[in-house]
Amino acid sequence: MLSNIFTVSFFVSLLASTIRLATPILLPALGQTFTQRAGILNLSVEATMTIGAVAGFAATFFSGSLWLGILSGMVFGMLYGLFMAILSVTLRANQVIAGITLNILGAGLAVFFYRVIFGIQSLPPQVEPFKMLKIPFLSDIPFIGVIFFQHNIIVYLAFIMVIVTWFILEKTTFGLKIKAVGENPKAADSKGISVNKYRYIAILIGGIYAGAAGAFMSIGYLNIFTESIIGGRGFIAVSVVIFARFLPIRAMWGALLFGVASALQLRLQALGIDVANQLMLMLPYALTIIALVLASKKAEFPSAYTIPYSRKER
Amino acid sequence: MLGELKNKHNAVEMHNIVKEFYDVRANDDVDFFVKNGSIHGLLGENGAGKTTLMNILFGIYHPEEGEIFINGEKQDISSPTKAISLGIGMVHQHFMLARPFSIVENVMLGRKSRKGILLDTKETAADLVALAEKYKMKIDPYAKVWQLSVGEQQRVEILTALYQGAEVLILDEPTAVLTPQEVEGLFETLREMKNDGKAIILITHKLEEILSIVDEVTVLRDGSMIGHVEVNENTTKSELTKMMVGRDVLFNFNKACIKTGKEKLVIKDLKVLNDKNFLALDGFSLDIHSGEILGLAGVDGNGQKELCEAITGIRPIEAGEVKLDTINIENKPPIVAINKGISHIPEDRHITGLALGWSLKKNLILKTFKDNTKFGLVDEKKIEKRWKSAQVDYDIKANSGEDSAKDLSGGNQQKVILARELGSHPVILIANQPTRGLDIGATEYVRQKIIDAKGDGAGVLLVSADLEEILQLSDRIAVIYDGKIMGILPCGSNVKNIGELMMGKKLEVEENEK
Repeated sequence: MLSNIFTVSFFVSLLASTIRLATPILLPALGQTFTQRAGILNLSVEATMTIGAVAGFAATFFSGSLWLGILSGMVFGMLYGLFMAILSVTLRANQVIAGITLNILGAGLAVFFYRVIFGIQSLPPQVEPFKMLKIPFLSDIPFIGVIFFQHNIIVYLAFIMVIVTWFILEKTTFGLKIKAVGENPKAADSKGISVNKYRYIAILIGGIYAGAAGAFMSIGYLNIFTESIIGGRGFIAVSVVIFARFLPIRAMWGALLFGVASALQLRLQALGIDVANQLMLMLPYALTIIALVLASKKAEFPSAYTIPYSRKER
Repeated sequence: MLGELKNKHNAVEMHNIVKEFYDVRANDDVDFFVKNGSIHGLLGENGAGKTTLMNILFGIYHPEEGEIFINGEKQDISSPTKAISLGIGMVHQHFMLARPFSIVENVMLGRKSRKGILLDTKETAADLVALAEKYKMKIDPYAKVWQLSVGEQQRVEILTALYQGAEVLILDEPTAVLTPQEVEGLFETLREMKNDGKAIILITHKLEEILSIVDEVTVLRDGSMIGHVEVNENTTKSELTKMMVGRDVLFNFNKACIKTGKEKLVIKDLKVLNDKNFLALDGFSLDIHSGEILGLAGVDGNGQKELCEAITGIRPIEAGEVKLDTINIENKPPIVAINKGISHIPEDRHITGLALGWSLKKNLILKTFKDNTKFGLVDEKKIEKRWKSAQVDYDIKANSGEDSAKDLSGGNQQKVILARELGSHPVILIANQPTRGLDIGATEYVRQKIIDAKGDGAGVLLVSADLEEILQLSDRIAVIYDGKIMGILPCGSNVKNIGELMMGKKLEVEENEK
């Protein structure tokens, strides 16, 4: 019986779906790599993604443009990041408390605006989501083509951003400054780098990535918006960054791990395996946490992680 | 005298500087002049306002009043960036380096890249090596900062400032963390820079340094400028001390230099890990006798902290023995060490030594809560009595025992710790950097109390990076390097020999000295 299930086509579709499901973890994780490297733990990623999902959905619904949807997700994600930046950088609030508060506020705001815009309808409004973009030639390669080269454009972009993020952090002056304000803000300050400016930028970048990922969920992965559309992915992304030791390429592996567990869980349910579906739903989250904890024994945090900066204090 | 100076072309002139923090005047109408091509000492006790004055020059603080002239032109130094652009560089006491970064990355932080938004790592690295050679230093630009010794980190700081084009270089207590040989190397570099026409400002409270390298010295006390002296062969230590402290200070402690008691604490082949899971102590052996002060000299970070923590039960021991009399106490919880009479003055007053937010009274009985209870409840009366007598015995300046520990000066905080740790008449006292960051008066007091404890029969392990302190107090001097004892020397040993051992070199003359 098992040999009937675990066929080649099963694995091909499992892996293809892994890539797709990893995307909404990968994008916010890359954004949070900037934010956390700058010393800010932003726990409101989940809410930022939910806001991005509403903003993206509404923009696409009324304009008919998917790209406007993604842009709208990014803009509103950035605006919501601004709250975190003001609280944690300017007002020097405790980051954990600020993050949790903004999370609750953001979830409420997202649903509120969805209701205001769309009212309560028996059938949820829908949009036409991003279509699969087959890469010429590459998508025709047996197995590999289906797994890697038959996705929508956002998926490709997300994986390209892994390299871009790595490059920015390791090879540019901007990346070095971001890391410096998270590592030793006093040193950065003494070398003429504005700690607050770079922390703001790092938080806003995190917001943009998260907003884009939220929009991906409502107009790229699904075609509707629901209250629980993000389903904890924002929190998983935050922990992926930590457990990936703040390295973009490791964050990609963390996201793929979550992706494969999610894909497996969906398929096993579809096959009607006799396990309570609540347990199955837990699988990706539990597996990701366990694997990441094992992989993260040596995680070295930026020295100024979660510590607000002030010149006067020594 | 100041009038004469003004006529020359001064690298730095600071006029009538006033800086206030809350209600305290950290700088009160201070004048400060530095010539080009000279080494200028800024002398004063802790809290005299030296660092504040230099932070103003470097643009970190903005003064309430006063004017600053750089090379004769009036400047408003609003930020470190501005200071750097004016050719002022500063090497802070706590290094301004990002530890996971490489040397070259740290240097690039403060500069515009030649490649626009991309890092110019290779070019900068090559420049650095060349610059280092010019000033007789050696560096590997790609080494990570956390791998470097303290002396090497300091070199990185100096190079960074020079690379940014510093013509005025401020060094804040640069020798506090160096071995005598490293100090010589630093001084050589500084002389080289002076010959290059640069102005060097040396913030210090060490008189030997002033006399050995400085051309002129400005003395600060309690935020005010006390005087300005040109250093020559007629300048004496006592003259400078008097200016600095406002009274005569005698640092002469009577030393017996004899081993009186019997072996009390025996440490054998100890292996202990540091926070990064590397071996901080690797086969460390030492014994401490009753009634002696055993000075443990060494550069910071060679396992001293881990040793103190291992003995007192705060840090797990991987292998080896710690015996008090004949009883093994390794890997026992801290309460065992406490009950057996091992007291500990930890390295960091603020983190390990005190609960800063707590009252002085509570800090005083932190280790003896049990003895201060009645029917299982806290016995306030008993504690108050204990506090009253401690305040008198240890001369703690505080309004009441209810004050929180963070409101006290460093010296008074240390006195509270002394009262707690010595009040129980320990058999062993572990004193780790007991006078670090204290002013001369408090230092004198703490040292005297340690000597009293020894007179009381305690075996004292004195850990200090300050060689002068080790030499003044110790009956025997052990030197630690890279987690091992390099050698044990009798009191009165040659500083040079101790310095060699501190850098990990074996002594050839060791036999002769015994």
